[in-house]
Formats: sequence, structure tokens, C-alpha cells
Amino acid sequence: MRNYTGKAPLLAKHLTLLAGAAVMILPFVWMLSTSLKPPHEVLSWPPQLIPRTFTLENYRTVFATAPFVRFFFNSLLMASVSTVAILLTSATAGYVFAKFDFPFKNFLFILTLSTAMVPLEVYMIPLYMSMVRMGWVNTFIGLVAPYLIMSYGIFFMRQNIMASIPDELLDAARIDGASEWKIFRIVVFPMLSGPIGAISIFAFQQTWAAFIWPLIITSSRELWTMELGLGMFQYRFTVDLGPINAGSILSLIPVLAVFLVMRKKIIQGITLTGMKA
Amino acid sequence: MKTKSTAPAARRRGLSEIERKKRVFAYSMIAPVILIFGFVRILPIFQNFLYSFFHSSIGNPLEKFLGLANFTDLFKDHLFILSLRNTTFFALFVTFFSVIFAVLLAVMLSSPTRGGAFYETVYFLPVITPMVPVAVVWKWIYDPTYGLLNYILSWFGVAPVGWLVFPDTAMIAIIIMSVWKIVGYNMIIFLVGIRDIPESYLEAARIDGANTLQVFRRITLPLLRPIMLFVLVISTINSYNVFTQVFIMTSGPQGAPGNAVRTIVFDIYENAFRYFRTGYAAAEAVVLFLIILALTLTQFGISGSRERRERSRLKRKGASA
Repeated sequence: MRNYTGKAPLLAKHLTLLAGAAVMILPFVWMLSTSLKPPHEVLSWPPQLIPRTFTLENYRTVFATAPFVRFFFNSLLMASVSTVAILLTSATAGYVFAKFDFPFKNFLFILTLSTAMVPLEVYMIPLYMSMVRMGWVNTFIGLVAPYLIMSYGIFFMRQNIMASIPDELLDAARIDGASEWKIFRIVVFPMLSGPIGAISIFAFQQTWAAFIWPLIITSSRELWTMELGLGMFQYRFTVDLGPINAGSILSLIPVLAVFLVMRKKIIQGITLTGMKA
Repeated sequence: MKTKSTAPAARRRGLSEIERKKRVFAYSMIAPVILIFGFVRILPIFQNFLYSFFHSSIGNPLEKFLGLANFTDLFKDHLFILSLRNTTFFALFVTFFSVIFAVLLAVMLSSPTRGGAFYETVYFLPVITPMVPVAVVWKWIYDPTYGLLNYILSWFGVAPVGWLVFPDTAMIAIIIMSVWKIVGYNMIIFLVGIRDIPESYLEAARIDGANTLQVFRRITLPLLRPIMLFVLVISTINSYNVFTQVFIMTSGPQGAPGNAVRTIVFDIYENAFRYFRTGYAAAEAVVLFLIILALTLTQFGISGSRERRERSRLKRKGASA
């Protein structure tokens, strides 16, 4: 395991890792390459990994044939609202569960935590019907509603606050006459930058990637997200591979950018919490 | 000063001013969160159980009480049985292969490796990317005429395969793509587990003359068992929820034949939102819930009983010492 001795096993290890890495990266390269090819080159045989002529035509087509700018901003808005809401609800509920005592506290905590294992797919039918009753089908509020809270977020915040913020600090602020809200805002919140970073990345990534809920809750294109728009676009125009791959690249950019910048933090966050990406 | 020590006294005299303010703050902070939770999680989970006993439509969820009829119908419905079988097959294979590859990669990357951070990033890349674009590109890779996979296979003399056209290969194709998507996640979890194993354990085994394979089998693998269990259960649960890649790869003129890779969530989606048999689909969702619940309890049960065993063994050791 550790300490490979000898050159041959070391070489074998690196060759295996490289081959694996090639398999992992190839679909992304192929996506990018296809998106930059002119139509006649997309369907050429043998396939060319590097386009002979580079063109941005496919990106222009994507914007011309489907409202992808709209989809992009819908996704951005949905993911941002969701991230901010999850941060606020996780921080406040995590703080209250960590530092306050009141009747039914443990019951409420276990209730919020136990729903973490139940995926949306299990309860999406009644949730959809609630949205019908509220008149929220095909509205932004209906689209974002399931993504305003995150059980793991509350749990993660609570653990962090219990470990890093001493009761004495809060009591000292109370004796100085600070209101509870002010203590939360001035003392507690600034100390949570670590978990806030981790949770916001997960919240953003999770909401950006949402597919089945946008699929059932929206009926008009104006509300489609990037993922849904792409799914529907490839459904209808399957032969236009260039533009489809251009759209795919566009939908990857925000998440990949965040990942490449904050790689260490993301990987740490996952291993700390067992949060699924 | 701890809140706990002042709490009983305060309760006797009624709450002190500070305690009262704390209570008000706690309730006003937690109330909106619980309200949202109730509306988008807890209520629909309970309603789903309720609706599964009814004949219902989108507008009227409790149209007619059916008792267990939805469930008995379900197990006579060949499409549901097919979805259940497909999903189980999918979950087992995705979990099996992703765990094997993940352990292998984690073992290789656990020792200081040149370019280790690069490999971690590359293997993790598909985990963080959304499912739709990668499903779209894999569908293109699987294209029978111009696809990259058939081209690469042609180097080895393999005749072109219509990957998404035939039921058997369509399932294999979606499994391969899904393993590719999650192997990095499992790898990272195993990597942390292996790095947590004290170097002295491995050193001791090596001094006793154990070779690399023996160290792995006798030391690393047994110590990884709790993490292994976690990864197995999480991967299986996530695989049972498979939908997006199936939806993308089976749709459109170049897509797979629908029923070949029909999964539980796909069947729920079609019944509820295409045929509006919401009560019936809710019953399917209950079955999915029970599968997930059983898997979760298995994990808690096994790790719980092992902890108890360990503790009683330690106690016996302590008593004999």
C-alpha cells in the first residue's frame, strides 16, 4: 500500500492511474471538442479529438435556437436563492439547536435530521399536489421551494457551533446587554465562515443540478433551468450534436469554476460530513 | 456560566428576563425553518403514505379509499416488476464496480504519489458536474455510427455495437456511465479511511514479513469495514433513485428503448405525471421508501451491533487484566 519498493510496481501504478484519468477526462474533452467543430466535422469518421477547424458557430446556434440565456439566468437565480436560504436556515436552526434549550427541541432536531435519508423522489407527488393547491405550479417560488432547506446543513452547522463557540462568549455578550439577535449577527455568524463556505458550495451544486423537480413543476420555457433546457433540447434536436455539446459546456462552467477554485475545501467538506455531492 | 445550571432555578421563579428573551429568540428563529420543513418535507412524506391507499387524481388526492389495492395491483403490474428488477440490477452492479475501482484507486493514492492532487481532482470531476450534460455527452459517445466508444473498440477489432439500441447493452451502457460518475466520490471516502489507519499497524505487519497483498487483506481491508459499509449503503441508495441519466439516454430518436432500462423513479414519473395515476404512483414511492429504509437500517444495525460487540470485548479484557 504505502511504500512501493522497486521501479516496476511504481511504473505500473502510474500507468494505471494515468489510464484511469484519461477515461475520466475523455468525455469532457469530447464534449468541448464537439462543441467547437463545424457540422460536417462532427459526423466525420474516424472521429477527431482535436477539431481541424475551430468555430464558435455552435455557441451562436444554441443562443439563437433556444432561449439558453434565459435558462442560464433561471438556473443562476434558482441556485443563488436556494444557497442563501439554505445558509440562513442552516445557520439559525443550527445555532438554536446547539445553544438553546426549549421543550421539544430534541424531537424537532431528530425530525429535521431523519428526513435527510428520504429523497425527493419519494414525496414529489404530494409536494406537487400541494403546489397545485397553492397555485405555485409553473412559478419561481414553486420551482425553488424544495431547495430552501437542507437537513445536512442544519446538522453540520450545529456540530460546528457546538465545537467552536463557547457558551461563556455568548453569556458575556448577554451580560453586556447585547440582544440575542445582535449576538447571533455580530458574534456567532462571523465565526461560521468555514461551514458557510462548505454548505454554500453543496447547496449551489445540488440546486444547479436539479432535474426531476424542474421537469415536473414547470410547464413553460420561461422557467426552464439550464439542466432542463438541455434535457429538452437534446430530446427534440438530437441530430444537432454541435449545439447540444455547446449547451452542455455552458451548463458545466459555473459548477466547474467553483470546483477548480475551491477543490480542497469541497473534498474536505465531503469527507467531514459524508455529504453527498 | 452554563445555561443548564440556571435553568431549574429560573423555572421555579418563572423565567428570568434573560431566559425569557432567549426562549423568544429560539422560537422565532426555529419557527420559519420548521414551517418550511413541514411544508416541503414532512407533510408530503406523510401524505405520500396516505395517498398510496387511495385512488386519486391531481386535483383530488383522496378520491376513493382502496385499502391495499394499489399495492396488490403493483405486484401484478409487469412494468413495475420490470422496473424493480432493472433498478435492483443497476444498483447492485453500479455499487459493486464503483466500490472495487474506488478501493483500488484509494489504495494507490494513499501513499505519497507524484501528481496525487491532480489524480484526486480528475477522478472527482464527474462527481461535482451536473448529470444532464454528462448524460448527453455519454449518449453521443455511445452513438452506434459515429460514437467514440465504437471507434476505440474498432482498434481492437470489435464490430460496431448499437449500445443504446438493445436492451442488454443499454443497461450496461448506463451502468458504465453511472460508475464513471460516482467512483470519485467513493474513492475520496476510502482515501480518508486508509489515511486514518496508523502507519505503525502496517509497519508492524511488514516487519513480521507480510507482503503488500497480505497487509492489504489482513490490515487495511478489515479496518476499512465501517467505511466500506457506509459506501456500500450510500451507493446502493443513490442508485435506487436513478432517473436523470435514464431519462436523457432513453429519450429522443437516438435513445434506448424505454422499457429496457425502465427504473422505479422513471415508472413513478410516468404513472404520476403522464398518466396522472397519482395514488398508484404514491404506492410505488412507498415501495421505494421501504427499500431505502431497509438499507439505512441495515447500516445502523450492523455498525451498531459491531460497536456493542467491541465494547463488551473491551470490558471483558478490562476485567481479566
